[in-house]
Amino acid sequence: MATTVREAPPSHEPEPTGLWSWITTVDHKRIGILYGATAFFFFLLGGLEALIIRLQLAKPENTLVSAETYNQLFTMHGTTMIFLGVMPLSAMFFNYMIPLQIGARDVAFPRLNAFSYWVFLLGGLILNSGWLIHAAPNGGWFGYANLTSKQFSPGLNIDFWTVGLQVLGVASLAAAVNFFVTIINLRAKGMKMMYMPMFVWMSFITQMLLLLAFPVITVALILLMIDRTFGTHFYVPSGGGDPILWQHLFWIFGHPEVYILILPAFGIISEVLPVFSRKPLFGYAAMVFSGAFIAFLGFGVWSHHMFSTGMGPFADAFFSMATMLIAVPTGVKIFNWIGTIWGGQLQFKTPMLFALGFIAMFIMGGLSGVMHASPPADLQQTDTYFIVAHFHYVLFGGSIFGLTAGAYYWWPKMSGTMLDEKLGKVHFWLMLIGFNLTFFPMHFLGLNGMPRRVYTYAAENNFGFWNLIETVGSLILGLSFVVFLVNIWRTMKSKTPAPADPWNGATLEWSIPSPPQEFNFAEEPVVHGRDALWEAERLAGGRVPEPQRVSGKGIHMPNPSYWPAVAALGVATTLVGFIGGLHLPVSLTGVVILFLGVYRWAFEPAG
Amino acid sequence: MSLRTVVGRWPSRWMLLAVVAVAVLACARDYPQTTLLPRSDFAHLLDATFRKTVYLAAIVFVLVEGALLFAIWKFRARPGAPEPAQTHGNTTLEIVWTMIPAVILALIAVPTVRTIFRTATKPGPEALQVEVIGHQWWWEFRYPDLGIVTANELHVPTGRTVNLEMTTADVIHSFWLPQFAGKRDVFPNRHNNLWFKAEVEGNYPGQCAEFCGLQHGRMAYRIVAQPPEAFDAWAANFNTPGPDYSDTTKSPDPTLRQGQQLFTAKGCVGCHSLNPPVTPGLIGPNLHHIGSRSYIAAGTLKNTDENLAKWLHNPQAWKLGVLMPNLQLKDDEVAALVAFLRSNQ
Repeated sequence: MATTVREAPPSHEPEPTGLWSWITTVDHKRIGILYGATAFFFFLLGGLEALIIRLQLAKPENTLVSAETYNQLFTMHGTTMIFLGVMPLSAMFFNYMIPLQIGARDVAFPRLNAFSYWVFLLGGLILNSGWLIHAAPNGGWFGYANLTSKQFSPGLNIDFWTVGLQVLGVASLAAAVNFFVTIINLRAKGMKMMYMPMFVWMSFITQMLLLLAFPVITVALILLMIDRTFGTHFYVPSGGGDPILWQHLFWIFGHPEVYILILPAFGIISEVLPVFSRKPLFGYAAMVFSGAFIAFLGFGVWSHHMFSTGMGPFADAFFSMATMLIAVPTGVKIFNWIGTIWGGQLQFKTPMLFALGFIAMFIMGGLSGVMHASPPADLQQTDTYFIVAHFHYVLFGGSIFGLTAGAYYWWPKMSGTMLDEKLGKVHFWLMLIGFNLTFFPMHFLGLNGMPRRVYTYAAENNFGFWNLIETVGSLILGLSFVVFLVNIWRTMKSKTPAPADPWNGATLEWSIPSPPQEFNFAEEPVVHGRDALWEAERLAGGRVPEPQRVSGKGIHMPNPSYWPAVAALGVATTLVGFIGGLHLPVSLTGVVILFLGVYRWAFEPAG
Repeated sequence: MSLRTVVGRWPSRWMLLAVVAVAVLACARDYPQTTLLPRSDFAHLLDATFRKTVYLAAIVFVLVEGALLFAIWKFRARPGAPEPAQTHGNTTLEIVWTMIPAVILALIAVPTVRTIFRTATKPGPEALQVEVIGHQWWWEFRYPDLGIVTANELHVPTGRTVNLEMTTADVIHSFWLPQFAGKRDVFPNRHNNLWFKAEVEGNYPGQCAEFCGLQHGRMAYRIVAQPPEAFDAWAANFNTPGPDYSDTTKSPDPTLRQGQQLFTAKGCVGCHSLNPPVTPGLIGPNLHHIGSRSYIAAGTLKNTDENLAKWLHNPQAWKLGVLMPNLQLKDDEVAALVAFLRSNQ
């Protein structure tokens, strides 16, 4: 096939900017930034939803929002934070950092990568479009059947949810294939699997989880969609269906999903801790295998979300044991992180503070997790605020702290500017205090009888005091992100240039200029061990000189293309046709757009 | 604030934390819906398992967080210090800290499994049978052996095992008795069970624990544990008919009579029965002896004249989406209905 070879622009020529260059980009770094900006927007939206929830619960019998609005808020808060916040924020780092850390010039399928982003964006918009007509999803992020059936949820709310999540699933699966192949095939010369940075390892395991878990939720959602659209009875008891089928399918996806949310953060702090301790990661092999073991076990514990359904003692005992077993590799990780900082020279830069905060908070989430791994204890705790406390310690204290550590750590690399350290530290302390004030009292409330997902509570239950404290905490938490935004804004204005390697980093992304040139590496790197840059510095007998921006002449890069965005529009339109019953013309238009997009994509010169 | 001063204050902070923890447990008494003060044999089984995990978790918490904080303080960077030793791991250490959690987990797993099988047993025929049926958004209780159908107030005798056979009329709910038996989800076309022997009398709140739609937040109920004699008296009273004011010679009060007439005239009887026997097919709670119940509106309003009047005026104002419509009752009609219903003791 005839192809035009496009060369990377030479160093003195600025890269194209402007809207069109972003729509057509296939550069993994730009796509990473698109993921990051979009996900951060959705994350702030989910945070705003959380703040309204907290204001509503600040006092008993509050009437700030109606029951219906509240149910939409908590459904969208959970769905947003998981699918539009934490997952795509991780995807930002997968996109930006995996190729840099393995010494590659891009991902394996650059246009598929662009396609993933556009599908994700459209899925997020579909999911949120219900807000415009006050019909946002309202069945909980777990969407239990048979409440989600047409009989009990006749509105469009659940349709936005089933369609939005299916669209997002396409994005996740396409991205997972892409990163999986990238990590297998595009590693730099000499980088054996056991030389890969820990972030790449944890990302690799996450892609496997995505590949195995997302088909399950997709099937579950398709069954729900055709129940609602065509009146089938997969989950409808009056027609012989069984709502518990949904629970099994949902949690077979849902539990691995928890590890999809946390493993990238494990990877990030496994990068940050060694760099700011000035010594390598402790127990590298144990870290790899414990991560893999956690992911493997993650597929055998789903029913611990269902202890109160009455599965019988044998199932309860099995899923309880399996769940407790996960604490062993998780413990190994925590001990190895402490082993990493043990004996080091700890530099308390902002990324390090967030990484240490991660460990401290994640320990608490892990310990409360063991408590309800025991079904007798869980019979009291499930569906109470104790669980809300637990998973926020894991997903906020864990994932968000980890991702924030990553944001501060890699900001200089991604933007070429340095974030302010002082504001970073203010951000950290406000976030740590606000987080604990918000979520720690939830343990007390849960054990003292406050159930989840209630839009208000009786004054005589005396939940008011701690709820008020939590609301104050949540406002401090909100404030911490305002500080973060101020920091970003000021940094963008001042443009203090970042050197290639501001932290004395261990991995390959620090060996190239900040931000990297389009082709990443002027020469493809050769790797001789773990912590490739430290290894190179050890061989050179000191810090390597600041890398210069060079001409990309002769470096072969993929062409920009808008066909992935067209194909993404086709996917979204096809599924949008299922909102509020089947609209065949819409769906067929979507199929045509999809076909056109894929066809032109296939026959377009890739570069 | 330097890190050293932060860490230096930690011992006092640990003390503070311990004091807070004790205070929180002591304060459980202030929470009527608490799970921390078990009042039945079953709840004690759950609580014992929970406490074992809490104590072990507390020890692990102190040791691991302590090690973390110690390392943060001890290994903080000092200016001019040499590069630290580049250790890559320690196999012995790593094996040890893999084994220790495994042992601790075994300490939790053994009592857990024992309790799982202990709580999974079904009580014998001597137990009091109660059928629990979840509805959007209220609880129905039937005592098949006693001929009782009631709503939102579960009466149980102390000292006798109660067996709950639970299901739902619509969507999944979760029946939660925080003081007595934890919770079980209820499913369409299926029966789940829970059992417990109440040890302490009292009137306790409980509520639905599985999100079940719009008014999940207002789907509560009361558990009334009473000594066997009081329970028997309640059951016996339940089988007496409610008051009848239709005979003007026997009941001169026109308000009560008006209330009784309105109950029929306004269509209340279409959804609510005032009769003790099982009347299947009615979609609203059975209101027999409603006057003797401690709460109305699915355990969310105290049963007072004012609250009942508020409810009758417009149920949708308190519980939007509830099946009971706003009947557009006038003030005097509400007063008559309140008097009539409240007199049904």
